[in-house]
Amino acid sequence: MNELITNLSLGFSVAFTLQNLAYAFGGCLLGTLIGVLPGLGPVATIAMLLPSIYALDATPALIMLAGIYYGAQYGGSTTAILINVPGESSSVVTAIDGYAMARRGRAGAALAAAGLGSFFAGCVGTLIIAAFAPPLTEVAFKFGPAEYFSLMVLGLIGAVVLASGSLVKAIAMIILGLLLGQINTDVISGVPRYSFDIPELTDGISFVGIAMGVFGFGEIISNLGRPAEHREVFTKDVKGLWPTRKDFQEAWPAVLRGTALGSILGILPGGGALLSSFASYTLEKKITKNPRVPFGQGAIQGVAGPESANNAGAQTSFIPMLTLGIPPNAVMALMVGAMTIKGIQPGPQVMTSNPDLFWGLIASMWIGNAMLIVLNLPLIGIWIKLLTVPYRFLFPAIVVFCGIGLYTLNNNNFDIFMAAGFGVVGYFFYKLGCEPAPLLLGFILGPMMEENLRRALLLSRGEWSTFMTRPLSAALLIAAALMIVVVMLPAIRSKREVAFKDAD
Amino acid sequence: MKIKSEKDFWSGLMFVAVGVGFAWGATSYSFGSSARPGPAYFPFGLGIIMAVLGAIILFKALTIEVEGGDPVGGIAWRPLGIVVGAVALFGVLLPWLGMYIALPLLVVTTALAGDEFHWGEAIANAVLLTVFSWVIFIWGLNLTIPLLPSFIK
Repeated sequence: MNELITNLSLGFSVAFTLQNLAYAFGGCLLGTLIGVLPGLGPVATIAMLLPSIYALDATPALIMLAGIYYGAQYGGSTTAILINVPGESSSVVTAIDGYAMARRGRAGAALAAAGLGSFFAGCVGTLIIAAFAPPLTEVAFKFGPAEYFSLMVLGLIGAVVLASGSLVKAIAMIILGLLLGQINTDVISGVPRYSFDIPELTDGISFVGIAMGVFGFGEIISNLGRPAEHREVFTKDVKGLWPTRKDFQEAWPAVLRGTALGSILGILPGGGALLSSFASYTLEKKITKNPRVPFGQGAIQGVAGPESANNAGAQTSFIPMLTLGIPPNAVMALMVGAMTIKGIQPGPQVMTSNPDLFWGLIASMWIGNAMLIVLNLPLIGIWIKLLTVPYRFLFPAIVVFCGIGLYTLNNNNFDIFMAAGFGVVGYFFYKLGCEPAPLLLGFILGPMMEENLRRALLLSRGEWSTFMTRPLSAALLIAAALMIVVVMLPAIRSKREVAFKDAD
Repeated sequence: MKIKSEKDFWSGLMFVAVGVGFAWGATSYSFGSSARPGPAYFPFGLGIIMAVLGAIILFKALTIEVEGGDPVGGIAWRPLGIVVGAVALFGVLLPWLGMYIALPLLVVTTALAGDEFHWGEAIANAVLLTVFSWVIFIWGLNLTIPLLPSFIK
């Protein structure tokens, strides 16, 4: 307990410097902004910003990127409630009851429930990270290459079984990512692989190029390919932000349940904001007997629960990334990339080698959540105005920032062409119903996975059984296999499909 | 043989082709042994696994009935061509003509991809974004980006 306090006070002393406060604020502001703007998500935004963090120190850079992620969770709910367009995928379920509340003239109460719930969940999530990160790091130090390999298998499998869509396709996308990660110079033998004598390819494809191409350009093309939606904005109705007593009574148990659920699901591989909000909505629907307003027609529990859950999940999904170096979702994969850019090898050693960064980042999340509640509730009017910015002004801006970012990556136009190519690839993924996030995870983990596999085999003198005879490694692999089996079970399979269909 | 799910059919085909391609490409590097895996060991294995997964997807696409046939649908050639073309053009022009020319050009060409295009709006957006980019990237972050055409300097 004492240690926790010492650690957190170190964190707050780092986070409360003027520079870091400014970057936390910048991140939250940008996060809210992109959360509000539909068609621009945290993955594309963080990818756009990666080239500019070369100019920053590691701590402020990561504080800012983290702020974008959880800030987007706040902003995403605003659009979900006011225009029925979830700014972020994790706000999809918020739109169901939130928009219904807005149509009944209760937009203010819905926004307040979402904001206050998120704040509470964010604070709890931060504390959980601070409490659980050190023991997990201890465990991670006992890992050898075999365990690391198995852990990555579990992480990658976990990331897809909990996601929507076809499981086989998602696993194939992971492997495609792993294979793209093989385009590099082999670390052990120094042989360039799949480079076709192009010198730029011997360093590997830059993952910023893939992320911007697929999530930036690919998404723009698919957005433009769809017919424009007609939006109805409930701007005039946002009065009386403060919820009534009755609202509070109904909302707070939902907030508590959502926070607990989100905190747990966020830690799991593949968890994070999206899954947490879905699970929480399902739970609220089951648990609330005779709601005052039926679910789907503006029940405040259906807003408070999922919004708390997605913010708690967003916070705790930092745990596997910070302690093990294993990203549970695409945003965390980019955070791992950001650390690598700043010369920090992600993994359990970060906590001891960069305590300032580690604890400063955690403390900044609490501060960031406090900033967000101020940014979002009293200043809601400004964000509403932004909702009226048409997409035709927005997408050229995204393309511009990506283009400049890509050039400055290596002061070379090669990455621009690469990203343009991946834009085409990303659009075809969208057309073929292939979810691109697993590809990014595979791409980030690919080189690490290969290295650990080869080291494990080297140590065991070529015995593949090493992965099953070492107990920890075996347990991780069995857990991964179980996950696949469970998802394949017919009963669960149909439920999983229904659960994701609800969202559409 | 009738295709039951169009999306799965084409994605399965893609996975098989790419998997086989990577595995085949790996054969030109040293495979090593299990005890001392060479550079081809990991990509070869992965390529094979992906090809198998692709085959499973392909098989399902041909056998399991899907409601509506999961059509891929029309391809939005216009936004696809314009966005990718504009970005590639920007890549060619930036080192040569510099940011002050290449960037507004990128904004205007990209804007052509949208349903609604007005010259006035596109030009205003171009000016705004160029100024904004200068403030952030040149003045704020001090990044080295060619600003003027290379033949003027």
